[in-house]
Amino acid sequence: MPDQTVLSLRDITLSFGPKIIQKNISLDVRKGSIFAVMGGSGCGKSTLLKSMIGLLRPSAGEYHVGDENYWAGSETHRTDLNHRFGVLFQSGALWSSMTIGENIALPLQMFTDLKPDVIRRLVELKLGFVGMLQAIDLYPSEISGGMRKRAGLARALALDPDILFFDEPSAGLDPITSARLDDLILNLRDGLGATIIIVSHELSSLFHIADDGIFLDAKTKTPIAHGSPRDLRDHCTDPQVHAFMHRERDEEGNT
Amino acid sequence: MTDQTTTGPSAAQPADRTPQWHLQGEQTAPVMVLSGTWQARAGNIPVFPKDGLKKAPGAHLSFQTSDLQVWDTGLVAFLWDLKRVAHDAGISLDMQTLPGPMRQLLELLPEVPDEPVHHKTARTPFLETVGNHAIASMTEVGVVTELGALTAKGALLTLLGRSRMRMVDLLANTADAGPYALLIVGIVNFLIGAILAFVGAVELQKFAAGIYVASLVGIAMVREMAAVMTAIIMAGRTGGAYAARISTMQGNEEIDALNVFGIPTSTYLILPAVLSLIITMPFLYLYGCLIGMLGGFVVAISMLDITAAGYFHQTITAFHIGQFIFGFTKSLVFGAFIGLTSCRIGLKAGRSAADVGIAATRAVVVGIVGVIAIDAIFAVIADVLGI
Repeated sequence: MPDQTVLSLRDITLSFGPKIIQKNISLDVRKGSIFAVMGGSGCGKSTLLKSMIGLLRPSAGEYHVGDENYWAGSETHRTDLNHRFGVLFQSGALWSSMTIGENIALPLQMFTDLKPDVIRRLVELKLGFVGMLQAIDLYPSEISGGMRKRAGLARALALDPDILFFDEPSAGLDPITSARLDDLILNLRDGLGATIIIVSHELSSLFHIADDGIFLDAKTKTPIAHGSPRDLRDHCTDPQVHAFMHRERDEEGNT
Repeated sequence: MTDQTTTGPSAAQPADRTPQWHLQGEQTAPVMVLSGTWQARAGNIPVFPKDGLKKAPGAHLSFQTSDLQVWDTGLVAFLWDLKRVAHDAGISLDMQTLPGPMRQLLELLPEVPDEPVHHKTARTPFLETVGNHAIASMTEVGVVTELGALTAKGALLTLLGRSRMRMVDLLANTADAGPYALLIVGIVNFLIGAILAFVGAVELQKFAAGIYVASLVGIAMVREMAAVMTAIIMAGRTGGAYAARISTMQGNEEIDALNVFGIPTSTYLILPAVLSLIITMPFLYLYGCLIGMLGGFVVAISMLDITAAGYFHQTITAFHIGQFIFGFTKSLVFGAFIGLTSCRIGLKAGRSAADVGIAATRAVVVGIVGVIAIDAIFAVIADVLGI
């Protein structure tokens, strides 16, 4: 796989009004990699994700998607760039007034000229990927939380994005479902050639799938480590990172 | 296998070739030859025919993809068709002859897809539907009554100091239902008074009885209009808000949390809501009466040959205190009714965003219809009692 940077952040500062959430975030996400955003609760992981998908404008710094400066252009420009993104929100964020099938069909109806039968076929395909075909005509309120998450993933794939963002994909899932979701993420990365940014503190899953990452610290409000979760676990000397990475391993025994 | 010339789905190449496929080789070892550009967005992905493969149990189908140019999930959609047809024909696919990414995506897809689950939309006969609605409506009356009793009990326990209602909630609700509603209640009642005066003036003038406009406006406002119009405004303004708030709490599992702690929703949620309306409605009613009379006064003075003192005197002599008590009582009942029904509708609502909208709408509709229905009942009672 070519070692090409898809996303790059330079000295990004995130803040809500005068309150600074994180500062001096610089990172590069390579094409085809799975990049983990790690850190304790309340350190600003999800805020960073929000700024990367265009929901929160950073107060300082530069953000590039491919060769494009994300925040420099107009809103239409950003919307075009956003069509390269697929986002899986924490609880699926399915539109409750539509069936699962309609949820996935909507972006296709809005942004392509495909005929209804072609759209239906693509919707079935995306649901087939996540193993949810049986729920195509059900409403989000009629399926379980884990299924909602998988349906959310199918919707994120609707426009064949090449950059996927996952916010806590395994939160609230049982270990088996969560492991299956990990495999699915790997399969989709390899199959679609997509780049994946994943926000999580589910260490076992991060060790399994992520090959690069950043560790955010809530106290200093800066990133304190860069590298893959496995590397950080084995080689990082920072006491914070060490504690974070190793508690899980002790509980697990032998990851 | 030959070298793969396929590129990944994200590669951007001009789509100069249409997707093409054909089967070659003998029946026991067919080869699927794929070539051209297969992109889902182009909308020209062929469907593999259901009878495209003859039954040949034990046969292996392999792929030749060397002429394939650009592909994405569109090709996978076609391969999935093929996978299903091959499964039905008893033919196994030689997945190793597919490029890695394609294979991984295809392996995710089931040979025999699960049948979509559909809603049960069994038709119920007309009579049964009517019956069900009737039973549901009567049950609702019972439930609302029970809720009212529980709330009253909660109020009693709170008075005796054995249960607690958050005073902050009561004050916030009262502020919202009272002072903040003054402007809109004032505008509506002023206009109602003015309209009544207009209507009356036109007819009464013919009999040189213009002064009785004061009686008309006074009695109509005190007996009916002030109480009913204020209640309708409150049903739309406050009732809808209560229903939306409580149904959102339902969606956030806040009501479940209250129930688990054993905090009675009747005391904690409904009592402050109902009480605030019971407190504010009579005041809004009195205020509405006065403003309505003012509206009538303005019209009468400007249209008719009446003095201010004359209008004032006529208004005072027109009605007796019984009519005031009558309107006052109605406003109390309306307040309790709007508070109880809107809370009940909020509690009964589903958990989705759409359900919040439905609950708010229903609270307003039930509130308005209910207020007018109750007003009709009061009218009958008043007639019997001779008020």
